[in-house]
Formats: sequence, structure tokens, C-alpha cells
Amino acid sequence: MSGSSPRLAMLKSVVGALILTLLPLPSWLEIIRPGFLALTVLYWSIAAPRAGGVTLGWICGLLLDAFEGPVLGEHALALAFLAYIGIREHQRIRSKPIFQQSLIVFAALAFYEVVLFAIDGWSGHPLTTPLRWMPTLTGALIWPAAAAILARSYRPGA
Amino acid sequence: MAGFATGAGRPLQGRGGSPGFRFALYAILSIAFMIFDQRFDWLERAHSVMQAATYPVELAVSSPVAAWNWVQNSFATRDSLEAENRLLRSQLRDLEVRSMRYDALAQQNAALIGLRDSLPPVASRWLPAEIVNIQLDSLRQRVLIDRGTINGVAPGQAVLDDHGVVGQTMHVGPWSAQVILITDPEHALPVSVARTGLRTIAVGAGDSTSLGLPYLPANADVRVGDILVTSGLGGVFPPGYPVAKVTEVHRDALQPLAHVRAAPFAHIDTDSEVMLIWFRHDSPAAPLKERNGELTTGDRNIQPLPVPAKPTPPPKATTPAPARQPERPPT
Repeated sequence: MSGSSPRLAMLKSVVGALILTLLPLPSWLEIIRPGFLALTVLYWSIAAPRAGGVTLGWICGLLLDAFEGPVLGEHALALAFLAYIGIREHQRIRSKPIFQQSLIVFAALAFYEVVLFAIDGWSGHPLTTPLRWMPTLTGALIWPAAAAILARSYRPGA
Repeated sequence: MAGFATGAGRPLQGRGGSPGFRFALYAILSIAFMIFDQRFDWLERAHSVMQAATYPVELAVSSPVAAWNWVQNSFATRDSLEAENRLLRSQLRDLEVRSMRYDALAQQNAALIGLRDSLPPVASRWLPAEIVNIQLDSLRQRVLIDRGTINGVAPGQAVLDDHGVVGQTMHVGPWSAQVILITDPEHALPVSVARTGLRTIAVGAGDSTSLGLPYLPANADVRVGDILVTSGLGGVFPPGYPVAKVTEVHRDALQPLAHVRAAPFAHIDTDSEVMLIWFRHDSPAAPLKERNGELTTGDRNIQPLPVPAKPTPPPKATTPAPARQPERPPT
């Protein structure tokens, strides 16, 4: 049962998130573009912690590393961390109303961004502009919509 | 309940241990990746493979825009095509008139600096490349081009457009290459002011319309409107390529450094096509590559010579030589 169905939905949503990440946008929209891949990984680690798990986060991170980031493994580590947070707390997060979920997502995305920030600095490519925290905020704001869309893609009962 | 790591009655761990254990494993793996990527070149191959793997996705994402451009081009009206044709014709005529005297001038120049034949042009090959219309990183100034190692592209190669310097290649995959633009905050370009020859470094400001010159002293001779060209230092660009025009000079009596900004000539935000240039390394104007202090170009006889061994102290009987006589190496 923990087999193909959520995996397929996961694959589709990861490809979708990747496309949304790479889509060229006008510069003001680019700044507020949320981390779609991070949101997707977080959703699946909460909704189906057994199917994807930390591995999903790590692989998505490696994919993201191919596009951005100064060193290979940066997003892999950060997204694996995010997935781990999601899996560890999935029951607590699931039981909350959507507004509180958004707050928790904000905290989780902030942890994710802190990891990226630290690695950027340690590897000698610091990016200190406050704009880099923008996707954390917009990610939390878009969470209800993202969760609703992703929930339609796979129903555990069906 | 044994803990939060277990789901509804069923243990969460399937194959490969608990999430905590797996996370630790992946964390170690990622950190190992980062260290190897940072310290050694081993992962350049991995970069290349990943770039090849993700290129189809990138092409797919950019295809709607490309298709739209194609549609627009194919339905362009006759009038606009004729207007464009006229413009191109006049530009071509101007360029031909300008280059007519080029050969003669090159010959004269060679005679002036004492060479028998004029030097070959420093650029040996060039290749147009298209910018793939995707967003690599919103806060860093990077673009992807559709040329890679199969076209002979190597990391650290000069990228120009028809107005000036655009950037240089960074990670190169088989069919694509990431280009770091001169406006990236991490990019520093050795330039010189064309009017005075003053050398400095132009650093990207993070947006596609300005460069900063943070290392000019407050009394430096630089004015608004000065042209910045590449200085030939740094090993990527030969000297003399246009880079930017100074737009803003602030001098504050309290600050030791002037605040200078410049606007790049290259149309970095609107370009859809750029040029990759290969330089002739035997040309004297070629950018010098640093190779552990050992020069690979130029004349051996006029290279700096190694410091000679310390002379043995002269015997007491002879007249003492001056202590700080400069040692001339035997030639």
C-alpha cells in the first residue's frame, strides 16, 4: 500500500515544483517567489512520511544544487533537514488548523533558510541581503493553497 | 507510543533505519560532498553529469517563451522586417567603413612597436550561444547558455555581447554552461579607466544595471562618463574590451574611498544571444593565466630569473665589498 500511488504523485509534484522554480519571472515576482521545492518536500514528509522520507528531500536538494548554490550538497543537506523536521513532527502538524500550520511551516522554512545561509557563509559565498528571507515568508503564506493543491493529487483512502 | 518517530501503530522505519538515522547519514554524505566540492576538483564531473541530467527540464521550462518568440518572429509584418533590414544594412555599412582602415592601422601599430609583422588578432574563435530562458538563482546573477563541453567550452571562458563584457562561464555541462555575470556580487573584474589608464576592480552590485568600483581612493582621477575597459589582468579577458561607463562618483571628505558606480555596456538583462570567445594564447595581448608563478607565454630570456644563492662571505684579506651591492645574475 505504501507503494506506487503516493510515489507517482510525489514525482509529479516534484517536477511541477521544479518547473515553477525555474520559470523566468519579472524581477519583483522573482524576489517573492517561494521555495516551491521546499514546500513540496515539507508537504510530503508531513502527509506521507513513510513513502518519501528524508531520501525525497535529499534527492530534491541535489536536483536544486544543479541549478543554484555555490557548492554541491548545500540544498541536499538543507532539504533533508526540512524533511526530517516534517517527518518528526508530522502528527503534531497534521492535527493543527491551517493557520497554525502556516506558522509552523514558517518556522520550518526559516530553519531551512538558516542552514542555507550558514553554508553560503562557510563556503565563502555569503549572500547577506535581507531579501533572501522573503521566500520564507511567502512560502508560509502560500502554504494553505499549496497544501490544498497537493492534497488533491493523492488521497490515501482512494 | 514509543516516540514521535512512529506513525499510527505502525513503526515508521521501513528499510534503512529511522528517519533520524537516515537524516544523519544524508547529512554526513552532503557535508562530504560540500567539502570535496570546495577543496578538490573531483566533483566537477558530478556537476557536469547533473547539468546534463537537468538540461531537458530547463529546455522544457524555457520552451513556451521560445515558442512565443518564434511565433512572433514568423508573424512579423513585412514593414517591420524591412525596417530591421534597413537598420542592419546601415549598421553593416558603418562597420565596414570603420574596419576598412583596420588592417593598415594594425600594420602601422606593429611598425611602431618594432615588430615586423602585425600581430594576429587576440581572438581565435568565437561561437554564438543562446541564453536559455530560465531562472537559475533569484539573488545571484547567473544565466544558462546552450553551449557546453561538446562545443569546446571550458570553465572560466569569456562571454561577451555586441556591446561589451557579459561574464564568464562557471559550471560547464555537456550541452549547457552556467555563466556568472559581471553584475553578480561575487564577480570581480579587473578594469582600467580608458582615459587615464588607472587600474581597479569592478564588482557586481547584484542587479543587472550597475557595477561598483569599491577600491578607488577618494582622490582618484575618475569622472562621470569615463569608460571602463578590461585591463587584461585576472587571466580571463584580454585588455581593451569595453565594460561599463561611470555613472556616479561620490567623494566624501571623511571617507578614504570614493563611491563610484558604473553601468555595464552589455545589455545583460535583455540579451538573448551572447558570444563565447576563445583567445590565442601565444598572442602578447592574451590574458595571462596564473600557473604557480611559472609563465607559459612570452620570451624565456626576459622572464624574471630565480634569486641567486647567497654568496659565500669573502675572505678577510680582500677589501670588504659594500654590504648591499645588488646581485646581478649571469646572463
